[in-house]
Amino acid sequence: MSYTIIHMQQDEVPQDKKNLNEGKLAKLYYATDAKGHYTKVNSIGWEPETVAMEQAWDVVHAEVETARQKVITGKASPVLYYLKKNIMNVPMVAGYVGTFSFIVRLHMRPYFFNKLSRKTLEKYAYTFRISVEELLDIEPLKKKHES
Amino acid sequence: MKANFTHRQSAHCENGVISNLLRFHGLEFDEPMIFGIGSGLFFSYLPFVKLNGIPVASYRIWPGHIFKRFSNRIGVKIERKKFSTPKAAMDALDNMLDKGQPVGMLTSVFYLDYLPAAYRFHFNAHNIIVFGKENGRYLVSDPVMEYTTDISGEDLIRARFAKGMPEPSGRMYYPVELPGKYDLEKAIWTGIKQTSDHMTHIPVPLFGAKGMKYLAKRLRYWPDRLGDRKAIQWLGNLIRMQEEIGTGGAGFRFIYAAFLDQASTVLKNETLFDLSQQLTKSGDQLREFAYYAGRVCKNRTSDTRTFSELASMLEDCSQREQQIFSELYQLSKPK
Repeated sequence: MSYTIIHMQQDEVPQDKKNLNEGKLAKLYYATDAKGHYTKVNSIGWEPETVAMEQAWDVVHAEVETARQKVITGKASPVLYYLKKNIMNVPMVAGYVGTFSFIVRLHMRPYFFNKLSRKTLEKYAYTFRISVEELLDIEPLKKKHES
Repeated sequence: MKANFTHRQSAHCENGVISNLLRFHGLEFDEPMIFGIGSGLFFSYLPFVKLNGIPVASYRIWPGHIFKRFSNRIGVKIERKKFSTPKAAMDALDNMLDKGQPVGMLTSVFYLDYLPAAYRFHFNAHNIIVFGKENGRYLVSDPVMEYTTDISGEDLIRARFAKGMPEPSGRMYYPVELPGKYDLEKAIWTGIKQTSDHMTHIPVPLFGAKGMKYLAKRLRYWPDRLGDRKAIQWLGNLIRMQEEIGTGGAGFRFIYAAFLDQASTVLKNETLFDLSQQLTKSGDQLREFAYYAGRVCKNRTSDTRTFSELASMLEDCSQREQQIFSELYQLSKPK
């Protein structure tokens, strides 16, 4: 195999317009000039990186969708949905709520979730940056299905 | 309250925070110098340590080490603090800002809403500098951003007290004592010696140039072992580790090559520039690896290059780096 395609020379640093940076970010790269000395060049995006990031988000979105289905069919509590939506995992949520992982796992079941005190619900709501009412109301989750 | 602070963008957050903080205190270091003296470059592949079910591959040393090594070698004394409550942490920060002192701190990327949404996963070891407070919002110098920005107090608290691995626990730091005189040449050689030693001499196949070869060996069998879908997911993760935010391209290889380039000028040593150019080649190879790996991910099939071809690319790279760093070790050993 030969490796001839890619050189990070200062005028060849990729600037792919199709990126995920929302115009907020032009990362700094180190690239060489004609003599091989280094200079700094900004880049707005490079396709392989964008592809890899989109792929990672696809996985997240798929998990959120599965969680949503479970919640609206009554197989799981909204805790599962918001956990996935915030890309968290059980130990992380347990850390925020200040309890053990297995307790959080229990709270992901509707039976236990429905028995939670206002105080505990507030902790979950704070963790997911929503209000208690939003946490309890699963109607909006059903609507997303139709759209 | 606002410190008289100059922000300069960098590729990697840890280097950038050190560089910007030291500039405020009158010490000028460019990013590659900090990365090199702090021995930032490394490679490790840990198949048994998994994040979200995907093994960890890292092109750099663990977070926090560049800072530690650099300040030891140059002789900067750093005060570090961590806190048990957000109130104590924010009071301590306000206190420092009142004195006109910018403060470096650890944060979680997830809560930094000035970054593009696509980057905001739960990465809890991002370094930023807070250098002032205006209208209840904190002024932030995030090294990966082109310009300074700001953040609300509430978001900053969440970012400083994020949970998960590792927990920032409100950690903050700032230089308290600067060296009057320091031996730059010695610091550079020490940095090179440590990096080249670690890249070539660790007798475990997971680390250094050997680690890359090991990864290549495993990668070759990913489709058989994991199935296409998962193999592609793991490959995508590898691209992200190598190219995403903070690497300066090609998994830090270009930053380190820039360091060798600068070091060759400071030390008037032509061999270092030769080695810099060779490392540039290794970086180009890694970029090419990412390019083809990206094609594989995009097409969701392996029609452009197969996994075994990708593995051969990494093996080539490993061999080249083994050579480069052996040579660097021989050069720096007697110094």
